[in-house]
Amino acid sequence: MSEFVRPALDWHALAPELTLLGVGAFLTLIDILFAERARAITSALAGLGLLGVLVPIITLASAGVASEPRVMFDGGYVVDGYSLVLKAIFVITGYMVVLLSTNYFAEGDYWENEYYGLLAASMLGMLVMTSARDLITIFIALELLSIPVYLMAAWRKRDLKSNEAGLKYYLVGVVASAVLLYGMSLLFGVSGSTLLSDIGSSADLGSGVDSPAMVTLGVIFVLAGLAFKVSAFPFHTWAPDTYEGAPTPVTAFLSVASKAAGFVALANLVFVGFWDRSDVYQPVFWILAAASMTAGNFMALRQTNIVRLMAYSGVAQAGFLLAPLAVAGESAGVADDALQAIVVYLAIYAAMNLGVFAVIIAVARRTRTGMVESYNGLFRTAPAMAVVMTVFLASLAGVPPAGGWYAKFSIFRALISPGITWGYVLAAVAAVNAVIAVGYYGKIVARMWFEKPWVPETALDEIQEKTPNDMSEVVAAESIVAAETVAAETIVVAESIVKTDAGTSSSLPFALVLALGLSLAATLLFGIVPGTLTHFTEVTLLPTIFTGS
Amino acid sequence: MYVSQFGVLAAVLFAIGVYGILVRRNGILVLMSVELILNSVNINLVAFGALRDTIAGEVFALFVITVAAAEVGVGLAIVLLIYRNRRSVDLSEVDLMKG
Repeated sequence: MSEFVRPALDWHALAPELTLLGVGAFLTLIDILFAERARAITSALAGLGLLGVLVPIITLASAGVASEPRVMFDGGYVVDGYSLVLKAIFVITGYMVVLLSTNYFAEGDYWENEYYGLLAASMLGMLVMTSARDLITIFIALELLSIPVYLMAAWRKRDLKSNEAGLKYYLVGVVASAVLLYGMSLLFGVSGSTLLSDIGSSADLGSGVDSPAMVTLGVIFVLAGLAFKVSAFPFHTWAPDTYEGAPTPVTAFLSVASKAAGFVALANLVFVGFWDRSDVYQPVFWILAAASMTAGNFMALRQTNIVRLMAYSGVAQAGFLLAPLAVAGESAGVADDALQAIVVYLAIYAAMNLGVFAVIIAVARRTRTGMVESYNGLFRTAPAMAVVMTVFLASLAGVPPAGGWYAKFSIFRALISPGITWGYVLAAVAAVNAVIAVGYYGKIVARMWFEKPWVPETALDEIQEKTPNDMSEVVAAESIVAAETVAAETIVVAESIVKTDAGTSSSLPFALVLALGLSLAATLLFGIVPGTLTHFTEVTLLPTIFTGS
Repeated sequence: MYVSQFGVLAAVLFAIGVYGILVRRNGILVLMSVELILNSVNINLVAFGALRDTIAGEVFALFVITVAAAEVGVGLAIVLLIYRNRRSVDLSEVDLMKG
């Protein structure tokens, strides 16, 4: 028996994770000690704690981690430029979700303290995922980020829809991780190691000459398992239901952070684990990307609920994010382009999608519904909200100067750079889909700017009662006058509802305004000066075994 | 003993588990089917670990067992929540949202 030697730990490199662990433990402890008395301050503490996690990330960046990666556990845990920029994206996303949650949970009479503890636990999984270069670490990170979210999706305990959201997400999630694990066990069997770099350099996976069925099966199972996480077609069926039923801040977290974590896992596995086996994974990604974009867009076109629409839009966006992986195996240069395109897309997608959800939460505070009709005439009832929503939707559709255009541009650049037919075809599919997407994003914008203001059903009943004449008794000529009166009164009542109900945008809670402002600023900044983002995303993942340097 | 025998056993268990998830309508039985898949993974991991003469396979299996326990705990909590609100764990009835 050899003596156990403790592996060397780089405490500075681990500081972001440890800080977040401390924040999560502290929030849980506060809950145990003070219970309901701590309710008022937990969200503020959670927000401050998450901002505190940015400190070690910044000190690590200034310590030059990007040029000299910190490697631990024989390469199983790496803190480099790539993981650091993603950690920053995750922490800022988490902070925004706290901002979105603050008033939603405080006013909804839900459990709050546990919620922020679980949020911190889930984010810890995401931070670990960015550095994980080992099958076991990836699996643990994936479960750590998923299990708390199963509970958060079912947070509205007495609401049947929320229960259903949690159950569906849970069942699909565990099946996906079981499939992923089966694939991992096959990869482990082929290579005899759980380290991704060893898997990449092992005889069967590294050379790419011989193709035993086990390698193919292992890779495909791993990709399928993660395709659930990123809600790619045809593994997306849970997404619309879970998004609709879950509390909206949790939906924002799911659609941004959880999805991004899935892409991080995919990137780690593909670029460090089996980059050489492009013959296996490129066709899979090609089909997943093309199918997700097309199916997501067409299903989004016929949605009547804004959150379901955003779910299908998320499926389409996942297709865009998967697209560069379909050509990533062509050469080392293309691989770096593809990885950078994905990181850029993730950052911009986080900003604009969080913005959309902030608007959805703000509008639903007044209308109490998620129907697309409730956005009718938003410009007349809440002009600022309509303008902000237009920017975010334009960004999602890829209209400059909002950030989305640069995200799409980097995807196209990565697709075209290898100069192969399949890349061009996929770029063409993506271009067509970008146009289709304008259809449903534009429809909401048109509703906000050109339609008559939306009136809730209950208000319509009020109008009926106020109208003196019974419509069946008046003669035809009078009925037209009466109809016009009703129409005029509708607008008056609609405007009065808007004025009375919580005073609309003027009395939006500070946290929500801050979230809106931050995401708007980021969306516009990334669109007008993409250099502010690309400065941080010049990252690479390919280990030396592949590049041969 | 050949490692292929363990591989076949694991593959069969995996297939049974997937079948159970697709066919069963009872929440508890679906959870048990998931356990079957996870155990097929454990058989694979331990067999391959022995084949490759490394301890990593067994370590991975231990992690899988631990996480599976946590996962099933959360799953039972959600199924219990459904049961409290609906008095049933029949998954085919949980279909408020469609489209």
